[in-house]
Amino acid sequence: MIRDHFRVYLVDLDTGTMQVLERDGREQLCGGGGLAAMLFQEFGHADRPWDDPEQPLIFAIGPLTGYFPLMSKTVCAFKSPYHDQYAESHAGGRSALSMRFGDMDALVIRGRAKRLSALAVGARTFELRDVNFLRGRDALSCGRVIRDMFPGSGRRSMLRIGPAGENRCSYACINVDTYRHFGRMGAGAVMGAKNLKAIVILGDRGFPLPEGKAYTSLFKDVYKQLTDTSIMDKYHGLGTAGNVGALNELHALPWRNLQQTHDPDVDAITGERMAEDRLLRNAACAGCPVGCIHIGYVREKFQENYQYLYRQVGYDYELLFAVGSMLGITDSFDALRLMDTVELMGLDVMSTGVALAWATEAQEKGLVTEEQTLVPLAFGQADDYMAAIEHLARNSNEFYSLLSRGTLKAAEVFGGGDFACVLGQEMAGYATGEVFFAAEGLGFRHSHLDTGGYSYDQKHEEQDVDHAVDFLVEDEKSRVLLCAMVSCLFARGVYSEELLGRALESVGYDKLAGAMPSMAENIQRIRWQTRVQTGYDAAAVRIPKRFREVVTWKGPVDPDYMEALRTEYARRIMEIGAVSEE
Amino acid sequence: MKKLTAARMERCIGCHSCSLACARLVHKQLSWNKAGIRIRSAGGLSTGFQARLCLACDPAPCAEVCPTGALTQRREGGVIQKRKLCIRCGKCAEACPVDAIFLDHEVNPYLCIHCGRCVEYCPHDCLEMVEIVSERSQPTQEEAS
Repeated sequence: MIRDHFRVYLVDLDTGTMQVLERDGREQLCGGGGLAAMLFQEFGHADRPWDDPEQPLIFAIGPLTGYFPLMSKTVCAFKSPYHDQYAESHAGGRSALSMRFGDMDALVIRGRAKRLSALAVGARTFELRDVNFLRGRDALSCGRVIRDMFPGSGRRSMLRIGPAGENRCSYACINVDTYRHFGRMGAGAVMGAKNLKAIVILGDRGFPLPEGKAYTSLFKDVYKQLTDTSIMDKYHGLGTAGNVGALNELHALPWRNLQQTHDPDVDAITGERMAEDRLLRNAACAGCPVGCIHIGYVREKFQENYQYLYRQVGYDYELLFAVGSMLGITDSFDALRLMDTVELMGLDVMSTGVALAWATEAQEKGLVTEEQTLVPLAFGQADDYMAAIEHLARNSNEFYSLLSRGTLKAAEVFGGGDFACVLGQEMAGYATGEVFFAAEGLGFRHSHLDTGGYSYDQKHEEQDVDHAVDFLVEDEKSRVLLCAMVSCLFARGVYSEELLGRALESVGYDKLAGAMPSMAENIQRIRWQTRVQTGYDAAAVRIPKRFREVVTWKGPVDPDYMEALRTEYARRIMEIGAVSEE
Repeated sequence: MKKLTAARMERCIGCHSCSLACARLVHKQLSWNKAGIRIRSAGGLSTGFQARLCLACDPAPCAEVCPTGALTQRREGGVIQKRKLCIRCGKCAEACPVDAIFLDHEVNPYLCIHCGRCVEYCPHDCLEMVEIVSERSQPTQEEAS
């Protein structure tokens, strides 16, 4: 192991200084999500709003980061502009390895820079530079400028925001190394509120490995499993985009603001068609040989006489759902153009797609006018959606300003809450049934990856509330352990608790290996406690009417079963997150 | 005698498994720098990836400037490294025409010794060990005729 405690870089943007802190707690909280919650307990302010300059923006990695394949993600934690509660978002790219080799287990940023700034931090680097000239610049062109301003190509990660983050949209993302994102819950707005346009993490150190062959031998075994077997094929081949056709077939793919769960015109946006017609190449997060990042292209004729330009656009399942089927888009170039626009603006693609789907139906029903939307919104019309995405990111008028704070915020003013597809945050693309809807509505990150609720729906016909909720609670526990390591959740089929134990032992974390069950419980508890302390009340969560109208391959959703699941899951979550009086 | 070549870098996905393997297996380090092969992009990930590694020069400029014999010419190309003899002057990295030698903060040089241990860790088969076709071993035009 590198160390048995946590090494934390604490950056103060007010003073332009950094402290190196050491903290205990490895055996209770492991790292990643556990460490982030612990740091929020120390540096966060439950009683102050999300954009108070003193609120921390936290990035954390785990004990196995860099040591093993697919231990390649970073947890970002913050008080969310979406609901003003504690939240987490996860991303890969090069961020995790850059932090590992930058010699930090966590980076905590607090304060607010006087002018728009870029921060560079690493094992032997600390610099805060004025980049006010980048104000309003899109996320990709910002990256090009920052790349030339700081050293370390190939051994650094670059986090940056687009106009949406600067304008504090509640679902602004942080772009990580172009193709990955801290997407959900508005981490980009937190950077914007801190006047921070970009963060460069330089990973320049190396660390001696343990003596003996145990580590290298186990590494080889794990690597072979990941690359020589079919276990990761679905992520490497078609990628998650393969779900588009499969879920459409199952009548579980949300279309046109979830008015349908199936459409025969799905063909152009299926994973197969994307791979055959639009895929340029795959890419990977640093430290992961799987290569699940799928990069497609759009090309546009900008002048007569066959003058074209092209752009590379990352796609995967959630994107094809959010700005594809959810908006009634049935042309692959249109879907990619929308993804590209969302990327440039620095928005979360899922929230953006779902918010615009709601706005489209609201316009259809006469609740909002074209004067408010500035462009006519109609399912399938990509050019107008591209304009609308810019209006969202730039808060062009009162309507977009409200919508950029969340679909329900806009619905409170304009009506249409019944057909807002919001499950905690704008929904993920799994209309699989009652368990998923309850799980995402209440789950910690409102992500389909908090638990396998979507998978439970597909495997269980029977309606057993206790069994389903037991599954959600236990499944979350195993996933929080992985999210504390911080493993990519695509590897959950490989990293069993037994393998995690062996991996920890092989690099010297023997005590951690023996403490995993209690650690998982601790992490689950501290995350929920932190959330509850910042105002979360699971019992207050409601599932909009639209979800009661969904018809899947199993038939219509059963509202009573869903309500029973919601009530029981809420009770269990609040039990876990109960804060003792002491 | 063989050398490592990054023959098919257009296939590279940027996973760094090669450099991590080199650091792990050759240098006993957890690192993506302290390795004989390093992966970088040239202008962001959209441009694809480049590999920085020893091209097996013959004669090798790094060996020629090494004052202590820590780097010596390998037969037909590349160098042999004897770390114990290194005084960390950094001249080898300066002399390398293709930036293939990484100096850490203590000026320890890391460079490819063409052992090929990284090859099996490339998931896309970008890397290959190939026989060196040395000018020295080639027949001269006169000999050939």
